[in-house]
Amino acid sequence: MKIQSTEDLEKISKEYSSKLYYPDTTKVLVGMASCGIAAGGKAAFEKAIQEFPDGNGVQIRQTGCIGFCEVEPLVEIVETGKPRVIYQKITQDKIGDVIRSYLENDFKKTKWILGQVRDPRSVLEDHLENPLGGIEPLEKIPFLEDTPFYGNQVKIALRNCGYIDPDSIEEYIARGGYFALFRALLDHTPEEIIQIIKDSGLRGRGGGGFSAGVKWATCARHHGERYIICNADEGDPGAYMDRSILEGDPHSVLEGMLIAAVAIGSNHGFMYVRNEYPLAVKRLVTAIKQAEKYGLLGENIGGTDFSFNIKISTGAGAFVCGESTALMASLEGQVGRPRAKYVHTVEKGFRQNPSNLNNVETYANVPAIISKGADWYAGMGTEGSKGTKVFSLVGKIKNTGLVEVAMGTTLRNIIYDIGGGVLKKKQFKAVQTGGPSGGCIPEKYLDLGVDFDELTKIGSIMGSGGMIVMDQDTCMVDVARYFLDFLKEESCGQCNPCREGIKRMLQILTNICEGHGKDGDVELLEELGDMVAKASLCGLGTSAPNPVITTINYFRNEYDAHIKDKKCPAGVCKNLFYYEIDPEACTGCRLCAIKCPQEAIAGEKKEPHVLDQEKCIKCSICYEACKFNAVVIK
Amino acid sequence: MNKVSPSTTDPCAEVEIDYLELDKIIEQEFDNDKENLIMILQAIQKRYNHLPQPTLKYLSEKINVPYSQIYGVGTFYATFSLEPKGRNIISICLGTACHVRGGERVRERIEDNLNLDGKHTTDDMRFTLEGVRCIGCCSLGPVLKVNEDIHGRIGADKVEEILENYE
Repeated sequence: MKIQSTEDLEKISKEYSSKLYYPDTTKVLVGMASCGIAAGGKAAFEKAIQEFPDGNGVQIRQTGCIGFCEVEPLVEIVETGKPRVIYQKITQDKIGDVIRSYLENDFKKTKWILGQVRDPRSVLEDHLENPLGGIEPLEKIPFLEDTPFYGNQVKIALRNCGYIDPDSIEEYIARGGYFALFRALLDHTPEEIIQIIKDSGLRGRGGGGFSAGVKWATCARHHGERYIICNADEGDPGAYMDRSILEGDPHSVLEGMLIAAVAIGSNHGFMYVRNEYPLAVKRLVTAIKQAEKYGLLGENIGGTDFSFNIKISTGAGAFVCGESTALMASLEGQVGRPRAKYVHTVEKGFRQNPSNLNNVETYANVPAIISKGADWYAGMGTEGSKGTKVFSLVGKIKNTGLVEVAMGTTLRNIIYDIGGGVLKKKQFKAVQTGGPSGGCIPEKYLDLGVDFDELTKIGSIMGSGGMIVMDQDTCMVDVARYFLDFLKEESCGQCNPCREGIKRMLQILTNICEGHGKDGDVELLEELGDMVAKASLCGLGTSAPNPVITTINYFRNEYDAHIKDKKCPAGVCKNLFYYEIDPEACTGCRLCAIKCPQEAIAGEKKEPHVLDQEKCIKCSICYEACKFNAVVIK
Repeated sequence: MNKVSPSTTDPCAEVEIDYLELDKIIEQEFDNDKENLIMILQAIQKRYNHLPQPTLKYLSEKINVPYSQIYGVGTFYATFSLEPKGRNIISICLGTACHVRGGERVRERIEDNLNLDGKHTTDDMRFTLEGVRCIGCCSLGPVLKVNEDIHGRIGADKVEEILENYE
């Protein structure tokens, strides 16, 4: 069936909305994004199907990730007339019991339960009544919306992740999907759509932070075959929001691209997906087929004369291909080297034609903005950065996961309230934002509201939204070395400042980490960094010194310790520390001695142990194993 | 079926190439289109677990792209390998989240365990060790991927136990 009008869409929406919220039988939703699968979600899913085969009064379905990766596999159970309950850490050995306990209205095992849902509607469904409105909530079970992790979030880009089956276009439509496309096709002129996006203040979520509306307008002004390209080459290590959106709600991105195509006047779209995300590609392929079936992609979309198709291309493991010109070269089947942008890609990009490139999260926001209006979106956020941003909160943090918060939310709020603070109650040291192009932010700036401009002021960037929390055991010189090592590998090599500059800076940092640092190294790093930043051709090079410069600015004492005292206070750089067992703290439990692969630890049970420095390879196994903090860094 | 005889100088040429199959990949799956070069190479690599040189020369004529350019693409992107890889591919995640949680130590442990000594592939072709830049499972860091299996929350002490499962 081809959807020809808003009425057609309404019909599907009504039918499937009822199936989503008032299912005929008990519905078990298992979180099956890559992260959920890796945590054991797929095994749990298969086990559930085995225990509750079809027609047994229980349907087992897959869904995306609701963001709380720390407690995956996540399972949600829905039944008409009963509270919706989300269960945590449900592996295959537990899922049968979990389902049975729900069916028997037994909610006593509270450690299985993450929370109950107060209101499952998305931001696009406020015309509906809350399906859980009249239902008596469970006693002593917190509402998800009241937990610190979810309570502080506003889900717009992630509106459907974890609520719908990503392989079902109907469920996407049920949650208000594709209505924005019809509005764009039937109710607005292309100029009006661009104006709405401009007024909403939406800025590119991939890192650049350029106004999406202005970009669309510039692209639409240039003549020739125009292309709509989606950058799904999410390369920043520690950032995975785009993967989650593609795996959990692929249609939101397709709809965003379609709306951009209507506004800009394009008939061809390209999706450049990272090679490391095979599941995202699989779900996109399914999504595109379904959209074609309903006439939402292809010729004469929605019965109008607008035609648009989308081709998926996969990358092959090159970080630099996240840069617009390199990405377009790669799309053409060439080596992904950026070019100087005297002429922007909106004028001459892919195949030398006007090309509009936005990233996954940017496109996912577009349908919501068209549906709810520019003022609604611009009502959230700060002066210069509107709306919400998804961050991936990772590293040494208690609640690892994807969080979507209004721009301007403070780092402290994100790390301590939502994230639950540093893992194992260790001392917070820094938070790294913006991937290899960003910087390390020390504790003194934790009360800063996060937006594009504020982070730039303190030497970091927002980038695509990775937030890596670092604690006392993280060596900041090593982190700087780590990023330069990454960038040395990923530099495309065509311009000297980037290729040689990064290599030399890395050499100095490696020397420092190995204990060969000398006076003047830090100054030389600063000088080289300044040169690389000023003289490199593309964004990879110009931002490459950021991790080094910010760590020098905020953690100079660690550089001094490495260079002058030949010590690595965090116990990371192997030549600059050694482990010792504190006889006062050691209880003689033998755990470290058993685990040591070198058999370097000796000592009788209940007697303090001794570590043989000759045999120790500093693998850290004993340090991490000791429950009494008796293994100390010297 | 055409087959290339093994060359004495190039170890990569020792693989038998099925050209009918190659034609199918290039023509049917990817329309003989040079813009699909990267995806064609991925398909070849998936089939042979590396990029055998004869396939690249053949591809060059087939889609009319200079061999130098194909070689350029094959060496520029990290995914591609011109040398045969081991039976099991260990991808150790070297993303920032895994790095701060001790990913580097896991890598050292694997290198020690497999006696890699600077090489990537074990002499018996059982394992190839690769670094991968973030697979987006940061909550499970440090993460290790062996073939398609993702192992999360790996301590250096778990390495041996995991590798034993792969022959």
